[in-house]
Amino acid sequence: MMRLIAENLGGERGGEAVFSGIGFALDQGEALIVTGPNGSGKSTLLRVVAGLLPVAAGKVLVEGGGEAFPTVASASHYLGHLNAMKTALSVEENLGFWRALQGEPALSVEDALETVALGGLGHLPFGYLSTGQRRRVSIAKLLVSHRPVWLLDEPTAGLDKASEERFAGLMRGHLEGGGIVVAATHLPLGLEGARELQMKVGH
Amino acid sequence: MWALFLRDIRLSIRAGGGALVGVIFFLAVIVTIPFGVGPDLNLLSRIGPAILWIAALLACLLGLDRLFQADREDGSLDLLVLNGDRHMLALTVLTKCLAHWAGSVLPLVIAAPLLGLFMNMEPLGIGATALTLLIGTPAITFIGAAGAAVAVALPRGGLLISVLVLPLTIPVLIFGVSASYGAVADPAPFLQPFLILAALTLFLAVVGPLAAALALRHGTD
Repeated sequence: MMRLIAENLGGERGGEAVFSGIGFALDQGEALIVTGPNGSGKSTLLRVVAGLLPVAAGKVLVEGGGEAFPTVASASHYLGHLNAMKTALSVEENLGFWRALQGEPALSVEDALETVALGGLGHLPFGYLSTGQRRRVSIAKLLVSHRPVWLLDEPTAGLDKASEERFAGLMRGHLEGGGIVVAATHLPLGLEGARELQMKVGH
Repeated sequence: MWALFLRDIRLSIRAGGGALVGVIFFLAVIVTIPFGVGPDLNLLSRIGPAILWIAALLACLLGLDRLFQADREDGSLDLLVLNGDRHMLALTVLTKCLAHWAGSVLPLVIAAPLLGLFMNMEPLGIGATALTLLIGTPAITFIGAAGAAVAVALPRGGLLISVLVLPLTIPVLIFGVSASYGAVADPAPFLQPFLILAALTLFLAVVGPLAAALALRHGTD
């Protein structure tokens, strides 16, 4: 049984504490929605959990990840504000690259594009896509290689209604398959039974 | 890793990749030198290897600032750093360096023999200079990677990288040029400086990526 655990976690930006004393423990199949006003440290929390920013206090770890996923970084997909795609390369090349680099291949590139309703657009350069389509390619990146933990920072930014619902379905599917989701968002993500963590400014 | 190498090569060839920028700069420097120095053929052939090396060094530094900055701007760098738990980050950096070298610096090495003709160099000297460039320029890329990683968060870090990196490339330049001279000027040896040049490249292939990986890991914000 895999668990994502954060104990008394603190994070800082440029030497100034953004949040402190955050704790949660997520079992497989559980989701955590991080809410709060701008500047309350939602993105910082996700980056600290992913290991992109140093932990200022406390600790964060995965338990029971086995040999494949010993650390949070190795067990996580991180979907940030930026899409991590090259505009000069085609959609297929971009996704194929991440699939090959990240290892643990799951869906094929075509199937992942079908799933986000971008089937048949794989040959286009990524730079030709609209904002919402770019975001959907970035979401398809979560599907091409397997990671039990999804760390999502404003995942639905730029998505239309239909895509939001499709993405909620993808997250539900991930949770049913024994995944863990931590999402920072302003918008309701359509996940029933998800736990909520409210961040406040100056904590 | 192979996927990363292929992606970076593709990017350097496609529009806006800048593979040709270095070659054009190299060409521009070499072609202007004879106009500045004058039509003294002996002098040109004497300074030829040094000029080729200096121009290649500067052309190498030209594209280095984009090595990590492009990946940082679109968010790829975060994922590459996160993947450091799966593939060692220093290996990722080494792969990026090799791709950068093959995409942007190897064309310089290929162009060097042709440009050697502008400097009235004899065939042996041209061959030796091209060979030392082939062996020596990877070292510049490896040191440059460390500089590029330190300056990755700065919007106009290009000049800073050159200033940081240039002093460290001086040994490479010295042994590269002295090996090139050694091949043509009789009493001077070729093999010894050439072997030191090769050793420098191997040494920096380890130190450069390790330093760059360290800087990248602490440079995320």
